[in-house]
Amino acid sequence: MNPFKELARQGLYSPEQEHDSCGVGVVANIRGEKSHQIIGESLQVLVNLGHRGAAGCDPETGDGAGILIQMPHRFFRAEGSRLGIDLPADGDYGVGMVFLPPQPESQEKCRGLVERVIEQEGLEFLGWREVPVDPSKLGRDSRRVCPSIWQVFIGPGSRIDGRDQLERKLYVVRKVIEHGAEDWGLTDEEADYFYICSLSCNTIVYKGLLLAHQILGFYRDLADETLVSAFGLVHSRFSTNTLGHWKLAHPYRYLAHNGEINTLRGNLNWMHAREAQFQSTLFGEDMRKIPPIMTAGASDTASIDNALELLLMTGRDLDHAMLMLIPEAWEQHTTMIQEKKDFFEYHSCLMEPWDGPAMIVSSNGRSICALLDRNGFRPFRYTITKDDKLVMSSETGVLNIPPSQIKEKGRLQPGRMFLVNLEEGRIIGDEELKHKLASRQPYGQWLNDYKVALDDLPEPAGLAAASSPGAGANSDGRSDLRQQKQAFGYTMEELRMLTAPMARHGAEAVGSMGNDTPLAVLSDQNQLLFNYFKQFFAQVTNPPLDAIREELVTSLQSFIGCDQNLFEETAKHCHQLQLMSPIISDRDLQKIRKVNVGEVRSITLSSLFDALHGPNSLKSALDRLRAEASRAIRDGYSIIILSDRGVDRQHAPIPSLLATAAVHHHLIREGTRTKVGLVVESGEPREVHHFSLLIGYGAGAVNPYLALATVREMAAAEELNGTKPDYAEKNYIKANQKGVLKVMSKMGISTVRSYRGAQIFEAIGLNQELVDEYFSWTPSRIQGIGLDAVEEEVLQRHRSAFESQHPSSQRELMTGGFYQWRRHGEFHQWNPEVIAKLQDATRSNNWETYKEFASLVNDQSQKMATLRGLLELKKTQAAVPLEEVEPASEIVKRFATGAVSLGSISRESHETIAIAMNRMGARSNTGEGGEDFHRYTPDANGDSRSSAMKQVASGRFGVTANYLVNATDLQIKMAQGSKPGEGGQLSGNKIDEYIGWVRRTTPGVELISPPPHHDIYSIEDLAQLIHDLKNINPEARIHVKLVAEVGVGTVAAGVAKGHADVVLISGHDGGTGNSPESSIKHAGLPWELGIAETQQVLVANGLRGRIVVQADGQLKTGRDTVIAALLGAEEFGYATAPLIVNGCIMLRKCHLGTCMVGIATQDPELRKRFTGQPEYLVSYFNFVAEEMREIMAELGFRTVNEMVGRADLLDAREAVYHWKAKGVDLARLLYRQQPRSPDEAAHCCEEQDHGLDRALDHQLIELAEPALNNKERVKIELPICNANRTVGAMLSGKVAKRYGEEGLPPETIRINFTGSAGQSFCAFLAKGIDVHLEGDTNDYLGKGMTGGRIVVCAPSDASFVPEENILIGNVVLYGATGGQVYIRGLAGERFCVRNSGVHAIVEGVGDHACEYMTGGVVVVLGRTGRNFAAGMSGGIAFVNDEDGDFEIRFNPGLADLEPVTDPEDVATLKRMIEEHLKLTGSGPARRILANWDEALPRFKKVMPRDYRRVLDEARAKGKTELQATHHG
Amino acid sequence: MGKPTGFMDAGRQTPERRPVLERTEDYQELYVPWLDVQAQEQGSRCMDCAVPFCHMGCPLGNVIPEFNHQVYLGNWEQALEVLLATNNFPEFTGRVCPAPCEASCVLSINGDPVTIEYIEKQIAERGFAEGWIKPEPPEARTGKRVAVVGSGPAGLAAAQQLNRAGHSVTVFERADRIGGILALGIPDFKLDKQVVRRRIDLLAAEGVTFKTGVDVGVSYPVEMLLADFDAVCLTCGSTQARDLPVPGRELGGIHLAMEYLTQQNRILDGEELDPSERITAEGKRVVILGGGDTGADCLGTALRQGANVVFQYELLPEPPVERQPHNPWPQWPAVLRLSPAHEEGGVRGYNVLTKAFMGSNGTVERLHAVRVQWDQPSNNGRPGMREVADSDFIVETDLVLLAMGFLHPQHDGMLAQIGVKLDGRGNVKTDGNKMTSVPGVFAGGDAARGQSLVVWAIAEGREAARGVDSYLMGKSNLPRS
Repeated sequence: MNPFKELARQGLYSPEQEHDSCGVGVVANIRGEKSHQIIGESLQVLVNLGHRGAAGCDPETGDGAGILIQMPHRFFRAEGSRLGIDLPADGDYGVGMVFLPPQPESQEKCRGLVERVIEQEGLEFLGWREVPVDPSKLGRDSRRVCPSIWQVFIGPGSRIDGRDQLERKLYVVRKVIEHGAEDWGLTDEEADYFYICSLSCNTIVYKGLLLAHQILGFYRDLADETLVSAFGLVHSRFSTNTLGHWKLAHPYRYLAHNGEINTLRGNLNWMHAREAQFQSTLFGEDMRKIPPIMTAGASDTASIDNALELLLMTGRDLDHAMLMLIPEAWEQHTTMIQEKKDFFEYHSCLMEPWDGPAMIVSSNGRSICALLDRNGFRPFRYTITKDDKLVMSSETGVLNIPPSQIKEKGRLQPGRMFLVNLEEGRIIGDEELKHKLASRQPYGQWLNDYKVALDDLPEPAGLAAASSPGAGANSDGRSDLRQQKQAFGYTMEELRMLTAPMARHGAEAVGSMGNDTPLAVLSDQNQLLFNYFKQFFAQVTNPPLDAIREELVTSLQSFIGCDQNLFEETAKHCHQLQLMSPIISDRDLQKIRKVNVGEVRSITLSSLFDALHGPNSLKSALDRLRAEASRAIRDGYSIIILSDRGVDRQHAPIPSLLATAAVHHHLIREGTRTKVGLVVESGEPREVHHFSLLIGYGAGAVNPYLALATVREMAAAEELNGTKPDYAEKNYIKANQKGVLKVMSKMGISTVRSYRGAQIFEAIGLNQELVDEYFSWTPSRIQGIGLDAVEEEVLQRHRSAFESQHPSSQRELMTGGFYQWRRHGEFHQWNPEVIAKLQDATRSNNWETYKEFASLVNDQSQKMATLRGLLELKKTQAAVPLEEVEPASEIVKRFATGAVSLGSISRESHETIAIAMNRMGARSNTGEGGEDFHRYTPDANGDSRSSAMKQVASGRFGVTANYLVNATDLQIKMAQGSKPGEGGQLSGNKIDEYIGWVRRTTPGVELISPPPHHDIYSIEDLAQLIHDLKNINPEARIHVKLVAEVGVGTVAAGVAKGHADVVLISGHDGGTGNSPESSIKHAGLPWELGIAETQQVLVANGLRGRIVVQADGQLKTGRDTVIAALLGAEEFGYATAPLIVNGCIMLRKCHLGTCMVGIATQDPELRKRFTGQPEYLVSYFNFVAEEMREIMAELGFRTVNEMVGRADLLDAREAVYHWKAKGVDLARLLYRQQPRSPDEAAHCCEEQDHGLDRALDHQLIELAEPALNNKERVKIELPICNANRTVGAMLSGKVAKRYGEEGLPPETIRINFTGSAGQSFCAFLAKGIDVHLEGDTNDYLGKGMTGGRIVVCAPSDASFVPEENILIGNVVLYGATGGQVYIRGLAGERFCVRNSGVHAIVEGVGDHACEYMTGGVVVVLGRTGRNFAAGMSGGIAFVNDEDGDFEIRFNPGLADLEPVTDPEDVATLKRMIEEHLKLTGSGPARRILANWDEALPRFKKVMPRDYRRVLDEARAKGKTELQATHHG
Repeated sequence: MGKPTGFMDAGRQTPERRPVLERTEDYQELYVPWLDVQAQEQGSRCMDCAVPFCHMGCPLGNVIPEFNHQVYLGNWEQALEVLLATNNFPEFTGRVCPAPCEASCVLSINGDPVTIEYIEKQIAERGFAEGWIKPEPPEARTGKRVAVVGSGPAGLAAAQQLNRAGHSVTVFERADRIGGILALGIPDFKLDKQVVRRRIDLLAAEGVTFKTGVDVGVSYPVEMLLADFDAVCLTCGSTQARDLPVPGRELGGIHLAMEYLTQQNRILDGEELDPSERITAEGKRVVILGGGDTGADCLGTALRQGANVVFQYELLPEPPVERQPHNPWPQWPAVLRLSPAHEEGGVRGYNVLTKAFMGSNGTVERLHAVRVQWDQPSNNGRPGMREVADSDFIVETDLVLLAMGFLHPQHDGMLAQIGVKLDGRGNVKTDGNKMTSVPGVFAGGDAARGQSLVVWAIAEGREAARGVDSYLMGKSNLPRS
């Protein structure tokens, strides 16, 4: 019935990768007064959040909706008596809301189980009630899997004393039922249905696979007037997959969640590890019945709900428990008071954070706790009315409240929480709550007395002796070091390319172009075990972080040692060793080795194995190591050092990752993991990826002794430009720390404590046995080598060090060749021969030479560089004549070039590509650098230099209304193959005046694209941006670019449900102009896996027919392209190959701007050397299409569409004789998912319904006709509500289409709105549109604003003080390029992020305002949040610093603070404030202007240093104003 | 690595050659020594390409970007280490290699390549001067005996590799001195014989045994060779010169280039020669037939000997000055090359076919030639040659030197007696491990490959050594080329 089960078994789909996100809301009576009205209003909020949920291929089947309310005793009492169930008093009985299988006999079985357990546990079974529902309200797919829904009533029996004890017993009952399902003989299908939504005496949950508006009609109970509650907690779900589950709807038993827990795997492992230590007086013997705490295979939300429940049940308060799970960012908080810091520091010994974007509302029925995680990526707005009603939700305006009734409007800020105490009838704010919690115990004293800080430990003596890496010290120290390096596989190349830059500059090396070397399992070269793992990264379902600009939320500090019982609080809980960083020096390691403070004691275990003993000695060494670790714990050691010091002729090192993970998982299984910290002392780790993996698989600290010795040696040998050994070592450690932080932040993880053990990696090329034993739960989908091959690779390295070598026939170390091609180094797909052939073929337009090129690439039987190299085409169908195959001229229309920005490459090469693609009717891509609008006008010869596809990336450079309407396709870049999860960077040396002008940025200043799109923190946000873009350009197809990783298919399904027209799956090997080397090499997967998974999941979801799938990533030939089609793609992208055709010779110097063929450079002299021509590209693409045609004819296909998804025509090569690759199993890759029914397709054949017909803009456009046609002034007045999304964009599109860059004259179209505007209000607003809103707005106001004016004021009858209340949401004016904005009130987080031209004035802002700003002027009349101006490289901000403490909230990274004295500045500031007063009647503006002379000195000017330099230069050149601001 | 903008900051500069009038008065090497800083600046021009085409273009696989980088930094010893890892004799290739690496240097796409060859020579000479290049005898001997037949660059490279792998190597040379073409073929002004001797002394010091005057198959039976040694490596060169069977070929004053060049090298080495055997260009009208490197060597030598006038004729057409579209980078450019000898004098003619030699008293006096025209090749065919009607001409000459290349190794004698199979072109046929059809007998260099460059000979010798080592030991730790 469920295709996903089959898919999970045979295909690439993995259920753990499902994501969801959503809208959350609460309506509560703060005084705790119950009413049915509250429930009704809660459901109203749910409906108004409906657009945040989603539907699958059946538009009437939602992803889930639900409500959690207080126990409706009166209602149940009445129902009980109707059914003959005599219920005890309120609170003295429990009610379970239970999903049962539809078949009566199955139901009986499940009911029997429930009743039996109730009795067994000494409670009293009172009876069942079938919940009345109306299935006709459900969608087709939902009805098909609809359970039978029952309530079970449970009495306290004789042994229960009090409500809390009953609640705990009900918990035990539920856990026992859950664990007992299998023993009870439920079939898989029965178990699948059987689910207890809630079982409590305090609350009850109604939920299901519903759309928001269906719930009221479906559950008849909810309409019953006697059903009352003091609050309703509602949730509307957007899931990535379609065939949703009833049980996956929120709320869970205690909470509803908007966001995603990224560290889930680690959290689950740690929780599992703790279970053996659990002891609770509240449960006594019952404790044994509860584990496993975490429901197997449950979602992240269900899991955190499990964890919260455990903490609540074992005696912690709701707020306390929530703060333990999701602590505030305290580590780098300079102004946080000590008691709070102590509280958090103490608790960091107890539990790692559950990290990831999270907006959580939880309730135990007596209070409601709302909490936003440290990053604050999820919006949460609240309104309190004068009659003590609280309405809070993901959006404002979800319930109609007259402005005169409003007491307060606010938002939840990052890291803050608040609690509605229904019993006390009041709201308790963050400050009071945390003070209460922090003063529960003398946490500070405890830390003082018991914490062991590494920095405070005595310096060890005799360090020098210990720092020689080898044990068998040779007389010749240098050659000893050489042997050690050889034994650990060091290469000359990595020392030169990775190690030296880190030691010199304290930062990771950057490189360019993509990765074209084989996966480790396909490589002939010796590979470290690390290379078999790929990093995960966040895309779409949660945002990656910017660990540099938003450093204040990150932390590398941690505790290691023996954990105490989680349910208690004692001083001993913090008796652990505190580390400030997980990468430690030899000195620090010595301290740990010697530590002996109370119970903090360490033991060193050898992770060497006998190299001469013959096969399986690795296995026995691992067994020995595990046994020794267990013994060490029994002996009372709390820190285990796994050490591979002492490698010599006899002893080889166990790969450090294997040793670490083996011990980690062994101790988890044994239930002792939390009693000990693991420290790895190893010669092997030396680059960021290595450290990340070791930490990710459980290491608390890593001492890379050999890398450190090498760095010191290089420094001593003067190989580091004069950096001295001590500094070199510090730099090297720092670079790796920053790198680890970056790897964490790619996944959206802020703290190393939650990253430790989180296993955020996919194994590629390891067999299941190896993974299950040592890397449990790590996905490994193509199998590969086992422990024997791992051992062989270690021994190869070992032999190279210790077997006799011939002097001077061999260099010190192996050459390498992983980063740069070397004759006997690693294989590169782009090797000299291939490059030369391709250039020759396309320049001479010679088909025969092309065929030679293609066969060089295609014939990979010897060099299996790629997964497709392992595949063979099966000719099982009758061939067709070549002339019947669709012509090349049609096929090329499916081709696109990659997103290579103007800026990263020269104007000449960018335009050549555009011309070529336009000639063929194919698509070129702007990349994320904007486009010169002159290119929208065709050339005299008919060529067009306008890129058909315009990219919208996180930097939003040059994204204007005019840019967006001049495209046939708009591509949202969520990730890039070479560095998924990271932002882009363009070195300053490549930003000349022209590039700066096109991008609206400051020439010469390095450009940062944020890692996340600041308007996409989750899947429903992406749907919103898709909607925004579709609005401004309804004709354009909207693309979403993803990078292959495990779960990408599931994300793609979410993208399809978010109404994207095209989803692009990029391989990990795509090019780049500038990326850290470790990202180029170690993140992401080949597209083969991504495309196959995407096809399988989309087809299984019935979504494939409405979305085009595009593949890219080192596609080179027709054969490559055919394989992409057979695996599921129908459109194809090429990037590196076209660059090579145009002359690129893989210098890989793009990041330096010294490209000597004039491509990746802006140097005018070098650009003259560009010799590419559109004709060459046309030749190339025609050749590719012709080669495809030949293959299609042989395979028996006439059209590409017929080929899509025919994975059955692919076979794994039989003749795989490579010693490592022979274990690779591609069956999952080649699994062909058939459509669920004949009316569903395996390729795209229909269009998405974008719902544009409902847009308010249709009215606006109609009313604005005179302006659009004749530039006549018009005035429009309309009401607006939060369901009106993206208002103004479609109108702006019309203006831009008609009037281009110039737009309309100011104030041609004047629109007055009243109400709460929905998200993306005035997105991409065009010049000449003047919008006034009386009311408030949600997030993304003025996103991409190009011109015009926006004025937002509170309603005139509002009873609250505007400047103290939140008026507009988060992420306002993101990527805006021009216009004016006046806000009479407060803004949320990230005001003016990436603004490059708007002049905006606001009365107060949240955290991270003006982040990445590159132009424009911002005036803040009131208080700001923290981290103001992070990454701000252009534009100016003026901040009214009334309290004189702005400096501590200001990020001085790129900008300076100075007084406002320049007459020009003073005039600008005053003019803007005057205008603000005029337009909004602002109180603060009036007060400031009234006392201007006193007010002015309080203003601080925020001036980016580079911006000033450029302004000064421009002035020196006699220009009055910077060009960049001209064009803003 | 390197200096990213180096190629923009500095232009290509090669070492200066001594003035023509000065250098043609002697047989000394013609380049003025470089300063290290000049080499460093030139090294800075290397772009450290991620795909170093030079490294592909070099038959030895010299890791050129890495030594350029070290030279740029002034780390000469490290540069030498990089260089010696792939190249046994950089002092030779630094002097006589036509530098395919420079032809494939990425900078030559639209400018002047890095002066790789001169940098190589600079590194090598610095290494000798500093004493960094010294004998490196193996730590232990394997007890295996290997014979290397022929002491040209391939034989010497094979001998060095095998010796370093611990085998006991004996090099047999039928001439009276070691070095093959290095010692006897290449004129001193290109490769000073001290340089060759310096290397041979090093090899001897490392433990290689040299036996000169041993003509295997004549003075030393092949049966003994095969019995005395565990393996044999044939590096006897491609010695069979291409002749010109036209009327009058038997006349006196017509010589193969090698006879001529060898004689001059012997004289410079102080050998006394019977005046009757002396071939000299002094005061003569010299005609050189063949437009390649050997022809240029003859030209330089003839000018130094005091020739009146020298004509050099080539059958093929004059190559273009610049690359043609069908011959794109990084292919070896078929363009007009001027060797230093050409700036010293001589008259060159292309499209010239010799019809006959004429003379009296058994001595050549005239050459009868005709101009030819080359037709565009039809589909994949070879270009066709036509004589141009009425283009006959006569050149007066009293010394003709035939420099038209070599066909293959000498078949009779040793090769026939060992019984190795030959390939279609008459070279010794070898398998992937450089083993001939006779087990235990290996071949490399021009003998196996056909006439080629010194750099190829070294590469072949290294490969053959690796094959021998694997054969003897079951596996080899010697590096591949």
